[in-house]
Amino acid sequence: MTAAGTLRAALAAMLLLAVGAAGVIARAAAPALDAARSGPCVEDPLVMRRSHMDFLKHDRDDTVRRGIRGVKHSLAACVDCHASKSDGRVLGSDRHFCQGCHRYAAVKLDCFDCHASSARPAATAAAAPVSGAAR
Amino acid sequence: MNPVDKRRREFLGQATAIAGAMIAPGVFLYDYAHAKAPGEPASGKVRWGMLIDTTKCESGCRDCVDACNKENGLPGTTRPTDSQWIRKVELKDLRSGKAISAPVMCQHCAEPPCVDVCPTGASFKREDGIVLVDRHTCIGCRYCVMACPYKARSFVHEATTGQKPDVPRGKGCVESCTLCVHKVDRGGTPSCVEACAAAGHHAIVFGDLNDPESAISKRVRAVATTQLRADLRTDNGVRYQGL
Repeated sequence: MTAAGTLRAALAAMLLLAVGAAGVIARAAAPALDAARSGPCVEDPLVMRRSHMDFLKHDRDDTVRRGIRGVKHSLAACVDCHASKSDGRVLGSDRHFCQGCHRYAAVKLDCFDCHASSARPAATAAAAPVSGAAR
Repeated sequence: MNPVDKRRREFLGQATAIAGAMIAPGVFLYDYAHAKAPGEPASGKVRWGMLIDTTKCESGCRDCVDACNKENGLPGTTRPTDSQWIRKVELKDLRSGKAISAPVMCQHCAEPPCVDVCPTGASFKREDGIVLVDRHTCIGCRYCVMACPYKARSFVHEATTGQKPDVPRGKGCVESCTLCVHKVDRGGTPSCVEACAAAGHHAIVFGDLNDPESAISKRVRAVATTQLRADLRTDNGVRYQGL
C-alpha cells in the first residue's frame, strides 16, 4: 500500500468513528408523555406511530364527504384518549402527547390549526373514574 | 302472429312477471329517510331543508344567530372580516309599511354555484343535499364567496381558538352554515331551529323535503313558500313563508 493509500484508509476510519460517535451523542431521549388513559389503542402502537396520519386522512374523507360518523380512526377520539390529565389537551408543552412526539420526530403538526386540541367534555367525564380507580 | 313475435311476447311476459315478483316483497322503488345508523353514509334519498316562517320571526330577535355562534364556536362579532353563518335580514316595503324579518344563511342549493366555481373540489354537496366546504382541500381563493348569490360564505381571516371538537375551523379557509351536519348525522336538528323553538317562536321547520310525511313537506304542500332568487334556478333547500 502506498503512503497516500494508507492516509486515505486512516481518514476513512476516522470519519466512520466520528459519525458513530455523533450518532450516539445525537440520539435524544424518548419523549416523556403525559396521557390521560392507558389501555389498547385502535391499532398496535408501532403501527400507529408510523401510519396514524394515513389512517386519519382516509377516515376524514369518509366523515367529511360521505357523512359517516363514528369512524375507527377519528382525530377527536385520538384527542379524547391522549389528552393530558392535568389540562385535557394534547398540545401546550413537550409533555403533551401530540406536541411532545411531533417535536421529538421534528414533524410539523398542523391538525390543530383548525381542530380542537381539547378532549370532549363527555370523554373527560368518562376518563375521570378510570384515573380515580388507578390511584 | 308469426313465431318470432309469439316467442318475443312470451319472453317479455315472463320477464315482467319476474321483475314484478322481485320488487313485490317489501321492496319499494322509492324509499324515504330513516334515522341514519352510525357508520352509515349520508343517503341520496334524503334532501334536508328548512322552512322559515317570516310571519313568526320576530324583528330584532337573534336567538338563531346566537345559537349558531355558540354551537359552531364562532366569535359572534360582526366586523367586515368576521364569519357570519346566519344574518338576520330586516326588510320593509316602503309603500305599505309591511316589515319582514328573517334569518338568511346558506340556502343549501340543489345546484350550488359555489360548487360549480370551486377550483379544487373543496366546495361540495353531500348526497343528502347539505352544501359544505372540505377545509382539507380549500385553498382560500374565495371564488365561492363571490359566486354565492346569498352572501352565505365567509372567509376566516385570522387564526382561530376555541374550536368545537365537531366543528373544526381555521385561518385561510372559507366556511358557511353546515346545517349543523354533525348533529343531523346523529339524528338531531340544527341549533338555530332548536333555539327558535325554545324561545317559543317556532319560525323554523327542519326536515326531509323528499319525505312526503315529514312536517316540512306537509307545510310546503299546504302553504305558499318561496325560494330566495328562484329565478337563478339554484333550487334552494331553504324556503321562506310570507315573503
